[in-house]
Amino acid sequence: MSKDNAVQPFEPKVVAYCCTYCAYTAGDLAGSMRLEYAPNVRVVKILCTGKVDAILLLRAFEDGADAVYVAGCAIGDCHFLEGNLRAIQTVAYTKKRLAEIGLEPERLEFFHVPASDGPGFADAANEMTRRAKTLGPNPLRKSITQAAGRKLAKESDEHPPLPEAVLGKLIHHSERTTVG
Amino acid sequence: MVAAFKQAFAEKPFVVTAEVGPPKGTDVSEMIEHIDLLKDKVDGLNVTDNQSSVMRISSLAVCRMIVDRGGEPILQLTCRDRNRLALQSELLSAWVLGVRSVLCLTGDYISVGDHPQAKPVFDLDSVQLLQTVGLMNNGKDLAGNDMKGPTGFFAGAVVTPEADPIEPQMLKFEKKIAAGAQFIQTQAIYDLDNFKRFMEQARRHNVKIMAGIVLLVSAGMARYMNKNVPGIFVPDDLLDEMAGAPKEKRLETGIRIAGRMIKQLREEQVCDGVHIMAIGKESCVPDILKAAE
Amino acid sequence: MIVAERKPLEQVEAMIDGFERILVVGCGTCVAVCMAGGEKEVELFAAELRMKGKLDGKQRTIDEITITRQCDMEYLEQLAKYVDDYDAIVSTACGAGVQFLAERYDEKLVLPALNTRFIGVAEGAGVWSQRCMACSDCVLDQTGGICPMTICAKNLLNGPCGGTDHGKCEVDGEKDCAWTLIYRKLEKIGRLDTMRKIQPPKDYSLMTTPGKYTHEAFKETQAEDEE
Repeated sequence: MSKDNAVQPFEPKVVAYCCTYCAYTAGDLAGSMRLEYAPNVRVVKILCTGKVDAILLLRAFEDGADAVYVAGCAIGDCHFLEGNLRAIQTVAYTKKRLAEIGLEPERLEFFHVPASDGPGFADAANEMTRRAKTLGPNPLRKSITQAAGRKLAKESDEHPPLPEAVLGKLIHHSERTTVG
Repeated sequence: MVAAFKQAFAEKPFVVTAEVGPPKGTDVSEMIEHIDLLKDKVDGLNVTDNQSSVMRISSLAVCRMIVDRGGEPILQLTCRDRNRLALQSELLSAWVLGVRSVLCLTGDYISVGDHPQAKPVFDLDSVQLLQTVGLMNNGKDLAGNDMKGPTGFFAGAVVTPEADPIEPQMLKFEKKIAAGAQFIQTQAIYDLDNFKRFMEQARRHNVKIMAGIVLLVSAGMARYMNKNVPGIFVPDDLLDEMAGAPKEKRLETGIRIAGRMIKQLREEQVCDGVHIMAIGKESCVPDILKAAE
Repeated sequence: MIVAERKPLEQVEAMIDGFERILVVGCGTCVAVCMAGGEKEVELFAAELRMKGKLDGKQRTIDEITITRQCDMEYLEQLAKYVDDYDAIVSTACGAGVQFLAERYDEKLVLPALNTRFIGVAEGAGVWSQRCMACSDCVLDQTGGICPMTICAKNLLNGPCGGTDHGKCEVDGEKDCAWTLIYRKLEKIGRLDTMRKIQPPKDYSLMTTPGKYTHEAFKETQAEDEE
């Protein structure tokens, strides 16, 4: 083993949830523009950042990501009108959960990256990689052997479900009365 | 025995009461000084009931002290700290201890006071409490049981003439009279034109109206009340008058304003009397009365 | 609907301190709708407990299951074959659900993960407000559909107190004065006369806890059962 290998620098794993309409396209553009950015980023393409749920972000950390970010459209540009606004809320909420658990909230962030912003895509990737390097490895990666926990299967209710209630349908008086 | 306070309305064109705030703690010397100073100058001393939801000596104990010193007490009774058993029991106790007048109030909410974690009661509201007093005056309790010996209270209630919106307040005012209120004490008033408009409506009812007079001690206090105390409105001209006074003349200015208002209310026969609340400055009440002459 | 909120993580952490095998049981009814203890929230909460445990170096297994309701024995029954495997059960139901779960599995330690807040409505996305305090003697017919027992902090039945301030409440300037709302509503629908009527004191005996109620249709069968 050579000496160089002994002090291997920490290379963080960064997960990026990228909106297909903007940030993901910006990633393509960054490639076309031959921009260099941190190779630590694993991009997950999603239809809209509005789909990102707190559990999705938390799972990434639980599985060992050192930093996670969500990259969505500029304010007012969401293909689905307000998906990016929801993602901002979700990220803010999840940061609080991280703090509660004892992980640094800075490991998580939201970025606006319009489709035309190749350099913006590279900046976000570099920024989160830099943060992960500063904060060090996700402590959850330290191998504490622990059973993962499981989701128990819930059996279908013992009694068959009642017939569907007719919700939202106006039933007129006359439908309930018989003529005669 | 008719309450001397009630009698005063029959004998005088203009009745004056003052407020006594029981202390927090057992040192009553200052309060007794105030009682002795005021008891012969006013027609009644109105004793607050854990005022502003701050724990103090009970109104009843201080009322009895006033009786012992030859004064005329008015018991304030709020619905905040007592359920209907405790309220009625307090009324019976007050009667046997020589208290003849009672002012029925809902009471400030618990959260404004010094024990904000306490359980608020509000078993009855002020209207229902007035009805209860009426029942007890007829020898019955709220549950309809006969009592061994009735009370004979002269009962009153409060109203906020500056309330916004005023309509629901007036509706409740009418209910209080229907429930047996014989005198009404108002929240502090400063704008006499507004008050006269209120009196036009109030005069339609057979009830004695006592205008609330709160002594201004600074322009800051006036602004604070405008901003933070619901139903109190100090108009700009009074604010300017207070603000214009040099520091050592502020109290004097406040006394002059209170005296002037009382004088005008009396001379123009706007209402049946005044209730003076000189919060923390009870020793100034004789000066206010002098200024009103 | 019952509205609840999750307890701070550290409170639940303190409850489960020292236990290795923990089952988080969600409830798919009210608390699922108010985003406090349904399937999704259980997933998130279990993940948090796992991560926290791992960071603190604790040996801990967190399993999760969400059932339709925790306030019906039929649904609680579904847990029978699992509960023996756990040292503690954390319930994300309202207080009623937690108690029923603890009653059904009375040899188990059952812990609450939520604080139950009130019976309320969804005012907007993620915002709920109290609308009923279950007084057992509804007066909404008299008050234009606005509850004076709930919306008025002092439960006043005969009109506003002196603390009403430009239509807001002295207790909390953000909240509306119930009696201003009631007045406006009754005025609008031409029924102010109902407000002029003096309401008698409330019958609090109806609110004696614990409340119990048998549906009229089931009264006879219950009586037969007891015979």
